[in-house]
Amino acid sequence: MTKDEMTFVGRVWLLGDNISTDLLSPGHYVHDPMDIRLRHVLEAVRPDFAAGVRPGDIVVGGKNFGCGSSRESAPQHLKDLGVSVVVAESFARIFSRNAVAIGLPVLTCRTVVKSVRDGAVITVDLARGVVNVGDDMVLQAEKLPAQLLEVLNKGGIVPVLEEMGRTQGSTGGPGTL
Amino acid sequence: MTWAEEVLAQKAGQSDVAVGEYVVARPDAFMMHDIFAADVLELLERTGIQTLDCPERVSIIFDHMVPAPSEYAAAHQKKARILAKKYGIHHFYDVGRGICHQVMVEEERVGPGDLVVATDSHTTTYGAVGAASCGIGSTEMAYALATGTLWFKVPETVLVWLENRLPWGVSAKDLILSLMKTIGSDVAQNRSLEFLGPGAVSLELASRMTIANMGVEMGTKFALFPPERKTRAGPYVAEYAVDLASVKPMVALPHHVENVAPVTEHEGIPIDQVFIGSCTNGRLSDLREAASILRGRHIASSVRLIVTPASSRVYQEALREGLLEDLVQAGAIIEGPGCGPCFGGHMGLLAPGEKVIGTHNRNFQGRMGSLQAEIYLGSPLTAASTALTGVLTDPRTIMASQREGNS
Ligand code: SF4
Repeated sequence: MTKDEMTFVGRVWLLGDNISTDLLSPGHYVHDPMDIRLRHVLEAVRPDFAAGVRPGDIVVGGKNFGCGSSRESAPQHLKDLGVSVVVAESFARIFSRNAVAIGLPVLTCRTVVKSVRDGAVITVDLARGVVNVGDDMVLQAEKLPAQLLEVLNKGGIVPVLEEMGRTQGSTGGPGTL
Repeated sequence: MTWAEEVLAQKAGQSDVAVGEYVVARPDAFMMHDIFAADVLELLERTGIQTLDCPERVSIIFDHMVPAPSEYAAAHQKKARILAKKYGIHHFYDVGRGICHQVMVEEERVGPGDLVVATDSHTTTYGAVGAASCGIGSTEMAYALATGTLWFKVPETVLVWLENRLPWGVSAKDLILSLMKTIGSDVAQNRSLEFLGPGAVSLELASRMTIANMGVEMGTKFALFPPERKTRAGPYVAEYAVDLASVKPMVALPHHVENVAPVTEHEGIPIDQVFIGSCTNGRLSDLREAASILRGRHIASSVRLIVTPASSRVYQEALREGLLEDLVQAGAIIEGPGCGPCFGGHMGLLAPGEKVIGTHNRNFQGRMGSLQAEIYLGSPLTAASTALTGVLTDPRTIMASQREGNS
């Protein structure tokens, strides 16, 4: 992701309040193969989601998005299905942390639900912290700090660790395994 | 500054922080339990990280699936043991030592003013000793272990001012359940709760742990009892004053923790299983309360009573005091220290249509076995009283009859 790529244009999947980690990653399927797990993402509230979502689509939610358990599969499933960014009125704390950690951008925008339609195409500018809805409507969102943008830029924490691992490996730090 | 701000400023090496600011801070302690320890360490291994930043600050505690109920769990635990040794992790507590949060406090791995992260949502428990502590995911834990640092957003703080003392028959669990109702997640979400006032000072460590533990059910980031702070500091975004003397025995009804009502309003519901344990209420004082109800009596024939001491230390002290003998004579099953059936792993799951009352912290649908089971949450006194009668019972009724019997 370069600076330009931190702007996302995509089709909206509009969801309600309290989209839980159980809706995003139903506990019932956690031991099933990945393709089966992905088929059930959000099925309880949007049965058309898993089959209909296309790469680049944007998920828009209400309050308390990602509430529930600390499972990282919740943001990971959205990312695996091609969702480019999640915009919500507010996020559950661990979900938003996990999302950044696995490289799925999240943006808090208090007015987003009442301002966008399901299926509409919107533009999310992560670096500037704004959401563009139609021609002349710009919604203010909470800007992410530089450190988090940098992690998202790299695609999450795993690439950051890989980079560190390569440096550690070449210097042969103490306590080598 | 609020206590959350003070701790974050200090751990970020700043003189000041502002609400909403992101800081990079150095936590004092890191903890993982058996569900995530192997995943975190394997991720580090896979990405080529060879050393941890501060292995002396890291604890691993096996408590969720103990003793291993499946070959899968056994293999997962074996992997974590091997990797913990490779990475030189200092504090390793294997199967049998107890529930991670209880052990962290008993072993003094956390202290006043510490910043702590762990791979478990109930990490807020250490707010009881004045530590700003919260749960994180496993990828973030890998990063935190590799670098010794993590980012934090400085939260807004909600003040909860406590006056007076809890009355007879009422405990910290009843207080936090009633706060679930008065404050709720709309106000507490992502914020820090700060408990102050003479009532907060009157609460024992065990009670403070019960309260801080369940703070997270309202979505809080921290639930803090600032040590030695007598007066309000602020700034606070919201304030509540609670008269402890007015708290009543409360119960959370299926299937939401915020679905709280006084026990008296729902007395008489038949209950199939009673669970006394967990990081919320599995401590010595909880077992004492349960034994005070059940000593010399027997539970109803329609009920199964499962008691899971929170740690090996709690277990031994309860043995020494004769509490376990009292409970077994009353018909209880005593399990080894650990999470037990709290999260539905094993050791006491429910069939469709069954009802359980537990002293734990979550009653989500399907958390203890069948999706068609119903989970009620209450205090150890309420749970033990219910075990005695077989139906949801206000403990004050039982305690009053005990008093009469003695006079
Ligand atoms: S006792 Fe229950 S809530 Fe506490 S750590 Fe174990 S599973 Fe989690």
